[in-house]
Amino acid sequence: MTGAGKGALTAVWLWIALVLLLPFAIVLKISFATSQLGVPPYGPPVSFSAYAALIHDNLYLNAYLSSLRTAFVATVIALLLGYPMAYAIARCSQRWRSILLLLVVLPFWTSFLIRIYAWIGLLRPTGLVNTVLESLGLIDAPLRLINTDGAVMLGIVYTYLPFMVLPLYARLEKLDPALLEAAADLGARPWRAFLKITLPLSHPGIIAGCLLVFIPAVGEFVIPELLGGPDTLMIGKVLWSEFFTNRNWPMSAAVAVILLALLIVPIMWFQSVGHREARS
Amino acid sequence: MTARVILGFGLAFLYLPLLVVMGYSFNASRLVTVWTGFSTQWYFELFADRQIMRAAGISFIVAFVSASVATVLGMAAGYALARFGPFRGRAIFAGLLAMPLVMPEVITGLALLLLFVAAQSAMPWLPGRGVGTLIIAHASLTMAYVAVIVQARVAGMARDYEEAAADLGAKPAAVFLYVTLPLIAPALVAGWLLAFVLSLDDLVIASFTSGPQSTTLPMVVFSSVRLGVSPKINALATILILVTFAMLVVAGLLSRRRSK
Repeated sequence: MTGAGKGALTAVWLWIALVLLLPFAIVLKISFATSQLGVPPYGPPVSFSAYAALIHDNLYLNAYLSSLRTAFVATVIALLLGYPMAYAIARCSQRWRSILLLLVVLPFWTSFLIRIYAWIGLLRPTGLVNTVLESLGLIDAPLRLINTDGAVMLGIVYTYLPFMVLPLYARLEKLDPALLEAAADLGARPWRAFLKITLPLSHPGIIAGCLLVFIPAVGEFVIPELLGGPDTLMIGKVLWSEFFTNRNWPMSAAVAVILLALLIVPIMWFQSVGHREARS
Repeated sequence: MTARVILGFGLAFLYLPLLVVMGYSFNASRLVTVWTGFSTQWYFELFADRQIMRAAGISFIVAFVSASVATVLGMAAGYALARFGPFRGRAIFAGLLAMPLVMPEVITGLALLLLFVAAQSAMPWLPGRGVGTLIIAHASLTMAYVAVIVQARVAGMARDYEEAAADLGAKPAAVFLYVTLPLIAPALVAGWLLAFVLSLDDLVIASFTSGPQSTTLPMVVFSSVRLGVSPKINALATILILVTFAMLVVAGLLSRRRSK
């Protein structure tokens, strides 16, 4: 390592400590502060009132549980849709692979807010889906599509689908076709060969893809806010309103600390999978 | 075969909403769902909207500067991870660096805001929240993406050229400037573009870390979208979609020419 290299590394370390490590220490500290009127709206007396409220008020517990449930169901749907997509791309010719992969990644580059906005236009009572269904005579009155938990899950699947497809594709692409041929020669039916060979070998891709969808989905704010209803309970929304509406900074900090504590296991898991993936 | 059908369905699922928005942006009617004829009036109204244009200007400045900062820092981090071997604290370094990739945005946004508030109460002479804090927040978020892209490029690159230059007497700085930098340029372009797009698109972290005078484009779009669908936002969406696609095509052509 050269002197300049060491200098660059030190600079990056400093930046990381300053804008990534220190902020979380401050969040932890403020979650134990006392909420008060004024600027900033918290004071020095150490208190556990925010955590006490977290335990005693069912709203928070329900929000955590419903976030985990919504994220889990959306992740399963994204896997069921993303796996065949990645599989089909990996089976294409080299030329088609790069085109199809580009098509999967492109939406990720376009504005996330705009993509969620697009679904509002489709799902509204007077939106395209209801209009088409009505003109086909399939329904008499508009269906309630938007402002439901289903719409939130749809939004999550839609937004994070590329994150599911990419790690799966990276694994499936490396799969040696000779293994499947050998299985077929030995008399295994295609489904059996898939279950015994393809699925186990793509296992790390499945884990990486699922975690990449699940972790950000648990704390999602924009999707439940725009596609969910007033009764859609997600912890990201709760944190947002504690901060912006109630101006209760210690409470929102405590909500963040517990959310992070819930996600630390999946995050560590993802990082260990990521390192193994990078090394292989 | 079934997998191909699902792939087709999945791609339709990804693109249909975008195409619908783009189509309706040329609709003459204010009622967004009824097609009454082709019109470009919403584009004129969009460009006449002072609030949206001001927010777009702020967003572009923040995206440009934060992407540039993130590219420099991300390059150093990605290069260190790929070339410095198992240096002390490498695992912690890599782990912390990747945090913003998976961390829910509300947590990152809140943490950065509380950092800025604490910094200001410790050093009251610092300027308040605004474009500066937005740039710091976005750069720390997006440098992780740049680092991942640079690391992949450096790891897949033979050391031969750098070693040859060093053997011929080039100083480390010269090796980096004349050999390494041109070799990783495509990764830097891709990383910069990704950082730019992510910054331009961010709502949650910007809402936490911006000041009263620095409302960004996504913040304006968000407050407008909460009130319902508007043809002006359709027009804005169409422009944003086309601009990102054009940027990606240009970047793709550039990196293809370079690799030839």
